[in-house]
Amino acid sequence: MAEFTKLIHKYLRHDKKFPHVWCPGCGNGIFLGALIRAIDRTGFEKDQIVIVSGIGCSGRISVYVDFNTLHTTHGRALTFATGIKLANPKLQVIVIMGDGDATAIGGNHFIHAARRNLNITAIVVNNSIYGMTGGQYSPTTPYGATATTALYGNIEHAFSIAELAAMAGASMVARGTVYHANLLDELIEKAIVKRGFAVVEVISHCHTQYGRRNRMGGAVDMLRWQKESAVKIDKAQTMTAEELTGKFTIGVLEDRDLPVYTHEYNKIRDAAKAMLAKAG
Amino acid sequence: MERYEIRLSGSGGQGLIVAGIILAEAAGIYDGKFVCQTQSYGPEARGGASKAEVVISDEAIDYPKAIKPDLLLAMNQKSCDVYFFDLKPTGLLIVDSTHVKQLPTTRAVEIPFTQIAREKLGNEMVANTVALGTLAAITGVVSLKSLEAAVLARVPSGTEELNRKALEAGIEAAKGYQQEKENRGSHAPSID
Amino acid sequence: MITAKSRGRQLLLQGNEAIVEGALAAGCRFFAGYPITPATEISEVMSYRLPAAGGTFIQMEDEIASLGAVIGASLAGTKAMTATSGPGFSLMQENLGFACVAEVPCVIVDVMRGGPSTGLPTNVSQGDVMQARWGTHGDHPIIVMAVSTTQDCFDITVKAFNFSEKYRTPVIILSDEVVAHTREKIFLPHPGEIEVLDRIRPNTPPEWYIPYEDNPRGVPPMGIFGDGYRYHVTGLLHDVRGFPTQRPDEIIPFMSRLFRKVNQHFYDIQVVEEESTEDAEVIVIAYGSVSRSARRAIREARKRGTKAGLVQLMTLWPFPRQILEPLLRRVRAVLVPELNMGQVSREVKRINQGATRIETLNRIDGNLITPNEILVRLVKL
Repeated sequence: MAEFTKLIHKYLRHDKKFPHVWCPGCGNGIFLGALIRAIDRTGFEKDQIVIVSGIGCSGRISVYVDFNTLHTTHGRALTFATGIKLANPKLQVIVIMGDGDATAIGGNHFIHAARRNLNITAIVVNNSIYGMTGGQYSPTTPYGATATTALYGNIEHAFSIAELAAMAGASMVARGTVYHANLLDELIEKAIVKRGFAVVEVISHCHTQYGRRNRMGGAVDMLRWQKESAVKIDKAQTMTAEELTGKFTIGVLEDRDLPVYTHEYNKIRDAAKAMLAKAG
Repeated sequence: MERYEIRLSGSGGQGLIVAGIILAEAAGIYDGKFVCQTQSYGPEARGGASKAEVVISDEAIDYPKAIKPDLLLAMNQKSCDVYFFDLKPTGLLIVDSTHVKQLPTTRAVEIPFTQIAREKLGNEMVANTVALGTLAAITGVVSLKSLEAAVLARVPSGTEELNRKALEAGIEAAKGYQQEKENRGSHAPSID
Repeated sequence: MITAKSRGRQLLLQGNEAIVEGALAAGCRFFAGYPITPATEISEVMSYRLPAAGGTFIQMEDEIASLGAVIGASLAGTKAMTATSGPGFSLMQENLGFACVAEVPCVIVDVMRGGPSTGLPTNVSQGDVMQARWGTHGDHPIIVMAVSTTQDCFDITVKAFNFSEKYRTPVIILSDEVVAHTREKIFLPHPGEIEVLDRIRPNTPPEWYIPYEDNPRGVPPMGIFGDGYRYHVTGLLHDVRGFPTQRPDEIIPFMSRLFRKVNQHFYDIQVVEEESTEDAEVIVIAYGSVSRSARRAIREARKRGTKAGLVQLMTLWPFPRQILEPLLRRVRAVLVPELNMGQVSREVKRINQGATRIETLNRIDGNLITPNEILVRLVKL
């Protein structure tokens, strides 16, 4: 049996009636593969892992994987994850969101979760569009692109999710693509074992809703676009701004050790207990 | 004792709410009666009108606020003007004569709480405690022992002695006032 | 003098503080909230008390996040609560629906203030009765309790946690500004004197666990994240295994169980307190702070020869019709005073079906209805 088939048997739910909801060629399948390979490498038990997802195509991942899984309301995945982690810090909480999910309706939760620095892994699958609802523009839809709610071209400017997370105070920030699948495995694994709030932005594609409407071709063409546009972070440092126009960096963009929330909160508990003991 | 209603009024910062809490604790926890304490609640942090009410009863208290106060403490002119006519016909008005110059009735108890706090105790902040001492001594609605215990349990640490003295000054002032009225042969309420 | 319950500690507490005591006594060890008048004291006292009790307090970025965190904590096995007022309660409606459909125990306190919108932040109101019932979208059962005294705040908070654990449902406590800020003496019972219930957890082998399987109670045992029962929790309508479904043959049993688990236990959930109703010719139906005015009013009315009685509703939803219906058939008239334009009175009229005369007394100016206002109406009924 091929190595990956074993992982499929181990980590996917077989009592759930497949097929999944994703279109053929969707980046979510590649991401799902990367996720279970990364989790397998970390060696965590299935009972220890909680997968929390939001709403949208990426949000459906939670139903397919055999962990403790929670499919929340739109944009709120990080808030549920915060409660889980605080109630039981031993659980390894991995949150999966889409771009609209994490940075539009859940944008406030996203920056505050980064600022708080709980030991949570946040993965944002960024396909630049609201796919499940039929191709409306999202906070990461590029300027000028068309969408079902931007037929005359998008006049808003896109968020850069990884940079947003870094500025908001996340301990680790990485960006990968579903094309660079091996790198993606590594980045997700790193983010899971990282102590502190770790964000992985996964550049993916929606050929059905975005590619078709913006003349970017099918799934293969869009994967090719990812290959050509992505620049490894160490290589990017040797390139000029001009050379980097229209490209994006991949790799670990930020990795720092910051005080972890649950750790800090234990100090508060000690202080509170000491104060109470003193008061009698 | 049937329902007895007290309203403490003045301006924000005169410590009326904490006085209300102390009175409620004295009557409720130390004297073992039923109490309800409410207060004015608004967006202002300091200044403005301030009001605290305490209802004391031997039975469980239904309506938590004062309906017709038995006792009104007015620590400034405005509160005296506004609240006097809510008072029961047989009710008692106690004013801080440092600030209240114009009285709506000849049957008011006038004691300069702020002046006593400033001159005898060197701290205007304890005018509320002085007033509590007077109020308890005149009405007997809480026992002086319970009031002292409640005051000492509530005030910031380091100010216990000051507040104990303030309480005593208030009780003294009540006695002095009573004496003076008796000498003049008026119908002021008596301590018993 | 006070002997009935005097084994416990006596304290002078505000309603908001008593809610915290009740929650801690019921085993609450997680609180997430966002500052809002007039509920803020609950957050403040929780932030001080919870860490010493080994629990967790967190101030979230808004009320949506607060209830999200509460649901997460409950799924991970901790009894959890949040507290807010009308505007924040509006934001919570989204995740309230989630807690209903995913059957996550949790307690939400709404200290009502004048509305709509920012309204009258520091004034009393009872305008959220219908928001508590129907605020979240879609058909769902809900348990809503109302508190009227500081002692209630303690006792009913314990009850609310017990109901939420017993029936795997969010329970809403409606308090109001008057109850929240009135200081009263209360008796805190010793821990052993309080009945505290915990959710039933599965005891089958994990591979046999069917998370949403029906049983006679209608409340399936609840697995906790991390204890070996890996299952799926979703806000989508789901089959017995928790997986999303659009099949009518799976949706119908799910939805009917959701309603049945609350409705069939009405005798347990519907709590009311009656005074002088045995021989009453007119009754007042009241709840929250207004019931205190009503209690005084009926006593005064009796002194004046009107046979008045009071039914104080502790449970607002599911509406205690089983208790009220026989009363409505017996009395000459009913007065429903409330601090809104008629939310509970509407429900009383609905179940009355013409049996008796229902009159309303409404006040929405941010002040409590006084005993006299009720008395004046009562003697004329």
